[in-house]
Amino acid sequence: MTAGLLERHGPLSGLHIVEFGGYGAGPAVGKALAEHGAEVVRIESTLRLDGFRTNYPPYTGNIPGIERAAMFAITNDNKMSVSLNLKTEKGRALAVRLIERAEVVVENFTPGAMDRLGLGHEAMLAHNPKLVTLSTCNQGRTGPQANRAGFGSHLTSLSGFTELTGWPDRQPALLWGPYIDYIAVAYGVVAVLAGLEQVRRTGAGCHIDLSQYETGVQWMAPALVRYFSNGEIMEREGNRDANAVPHGVFPCAGDQRWCAISVHDDAEWARFAAEVGEPWAKEPELASVAGRRAQEDRLEELIAGWSSAQVRELLVERMRAAGVHVAPVNDMGDLYSDIQLSYRNAFQKVDHPVMGVHAVPGPPFILSETPGKVTSGAPMVGQHNEAVLCGILGLSADELEELGASDVLT
Amino acid sequence: MASSVEQNSAPLSGLRALDLTGELGWLLGRILADVGVEVHKLDPPGGDPGRKQAPLVEGPAGAVSAAWVAYNMGKSRLDLDLATQEGRSQFLDLAAEAHFVLESEEPGKLDSLGIGWEALHERNPALILVSVTPYGQTGPLSNVAASDLELMSSGGAVWLTGDADRPPVRMTLPQSICWAGSYAAVGAMIAHHHRQLTGQGQHVDMSAQAGMLPALVHAPSFFDLLEENPMRAGGYLVGRNINGAAMRNIWPCEDGYVTWAIYGGAAGRQSNRGMVEWMEEKGMAPDFLREMDWSTFDVATVTLEEVSAMESAIATFLETVTKAEFLRQAEARRMLGYVVSTAADIVSDAQLEAREVWSQDFVSEIGKSLRFPDGWLRIDGVRHGVRPPSNGGKR
Repeated sequence: MTAGLLERHGPLSGLHIVEFGGYGAGPAVGKALAEHGAEVVRIESTLRLDGFRTNYPPYTGNIPGIERAAMFAITNDNKMSVSLNLKTEKGRALAVRLIERAEVVVENFTPGAMDRLGLGHEAMLAHNPKLVTLSTCNQGRTGPQANRAGFGSHLTSLSGFTELTGWPDRQPALLWGPYIDYIAVAYGVVAVLAGLEQVRRTGAGCHIDLSQYETGVQWMAPALVRYFSNGEIMEREGNRDANAVPHGVFPCAGDQRWCAISVHDDAEWARFAAEVGEPWAKEPELASVAGRRAQEDRLEELIAGWSSAQVRELLVERMRAAGVHVAPVNDMGDLYSDIQLSYRNAFQKVDHPVMGVHAVPGPPFILSETPGKVTSGAPMVGQHNEAVLCGILGLSADELEELGASDVLT
Repeated sequence: MASSVEQNSAPLSGLRALDLTGELGWLLGRILADVGVEVHKLDPPGGDPGRKQAPLVEGPAGAVSAAWVAYNMGKSRLDLDLATQEGRSQFLDLAAEAHFVLESEEPGKLDSLGIGWEALHERNPALILVSVTPYGQTGPLSNVAASDLELMSSGGAVWLTGDADRPPVRMTLPQSICWAGSYAAVGAMIAHHHRQLTGQGQHVDMSAQAGMLPALVHAPSFFDLLEENPMRAGGYLVGRNINGAAMRNIWPCEDGYVTWAIYGGAAGRQSNRGMVEWMEEKGMAPDFLREMDWSTFDVATVTLEEVSAMESAIATFLETVTKAEFLRQAEARRMLGYVVSTAADIVSDAQLEAREVWSQDFVSEIGKSLRFPDGWLRIDGVRHGVRPPSNGGKR
């Protein structure tokens, strides 16, 4: 193996992927493929840095820096980085050579940007007739809103998620981060692998136009079906639920310690009430769904009064043993010590030259024969210039030096 | 098989899945159907118990769960009683000819019936079994029951959401089943790629708790890197400003809410300028806003007092505009913002209409046709999905 190239194992180790773009939706598709063995080469440049390198805390040591940003680090593990200036002819020519040996290109520039670089999907297909290209953008590449700019958090609102989050007597609450980007990521990976299947069958490459908005609307379908059925507009209900009562998040002893409890039928209520042991839990009116529903405000206050004196871990253990639906509301620190997430190695540690040892979430699923793995931290800009350009494309050391001295490698 | 490929040009046409899942796995089978897999939903006698979950949609023939309808569109259905030896034997016969089996039973349940991974693998070594469960197939919590609320909570998403002065909240539309189903589909497709190379199937073990982690994005990293714990902040964005200012992101307008924020960067400054120009045209921009020098404005260093004064004037203005007006002006003035859509807004959205996302199908459980979102997969301009588009049928 050529020095500096990443060692790769896994079900996708035969795939070579070239990635253009930044932020979440495109690069996280590459991440999922790279964690299962695909070779992913990011084309990036210090002239136009990925917003995930520059725009968002946290940074290691709380010091901003393009090689210190967690947002980038957790979205680009297992990849290589080549710093090509695509505004130069030589930079584009080298990108084309990488595209020629790839099976997949993933890009999430705004629609039209790749075309302006001469790297539109038709141009790429001319270089590589069996190539699958995935373009993922806010609202798709066609239609009246194709060119509309916007952040993931805004698109999350456009897709209906925000309206359904929060308390009925208050304004909606925001979901964390670019929520919808990571919905589109799942659909994007499925689409790429479906595209590869199409290539296997037809021998011809193809282009996938993925709209993040449309993937969000897929998830929103139950609310939309209700509207189509009878004009009903779904509303946010805090933590309440149409099927279970009580169904809420309750305080436990300490500062900001919370647990979730839901009771799905009368038998479960009886088990819950027996564990609580308070006089109110024995009230016959509360033994039925209708009775609990009629007094839901009071019921929630009573449970909160009881739970706020309980140590959360003990409460959760007791209720689980009793067969009641319960869970800790894990805060971000709790996630790393959660016994089940730890058992599954959900966060995997990597050692990064600048960030040091840090945690990266791996795949949420485990394949029995070919499990995915976080094997290396995110690349530094241009970290793999030599490995990729010399080791893969066969440039000489002199040629590399010449490129480095010019405006091609930036 | 050749004829079904001809009938259906979707990439995975000709492949077959047996879908035994309850709500945790509904969307998994739907996504496989979206890419062309023929998905047969095998229900116990009396039907999938999830059909009865509220909220319901109703029609002349009865009522059925809205989520059940939405996430099971495009699947054919077959009754099969796995409690009987005959049903299990029939299932194994079907599995011998299938490419995927999808299930969401408690870990060990299928094994105890003699139709778990080992039996399936022995019968059909190329078969992929996808199991979607709350916490995964093994480990200390693998046999613990959980509904959406517990999964959103143990997966970290609830902690991050809601108003600071009230308990954290989940989204009212269950999300953990969507995260679990979608990422299980990713696992299924990777396993399929591997099978195409080796002929070997495998067992995909999807944990719905772990499936929430993509939704948290970088929030856990605050703890990993800095031992900080980001807190819920209602409709505000935090963590962008050195003075600790939280930037308002949700604004009441005349007929609902819009989303917009004071941003930095070139696009952000244009967006801020666009808002103030619009206010000015309507005579609602106070002097200090009109005189702002956006070219030097820095969202990272602006003071709490400045943010409060700016947001107060903007809030007063936005209360006078409608969602539709905001969308038009935001586009014309290159402002970074959208509306906070309700179901009614989404179904009348011109972009979705132009992209032909809607399909229609007859739902026998309720005895009427329903529209539903379809067609997220577009390859070379061809819109795939479980049904042809309902707007004109120009496929």
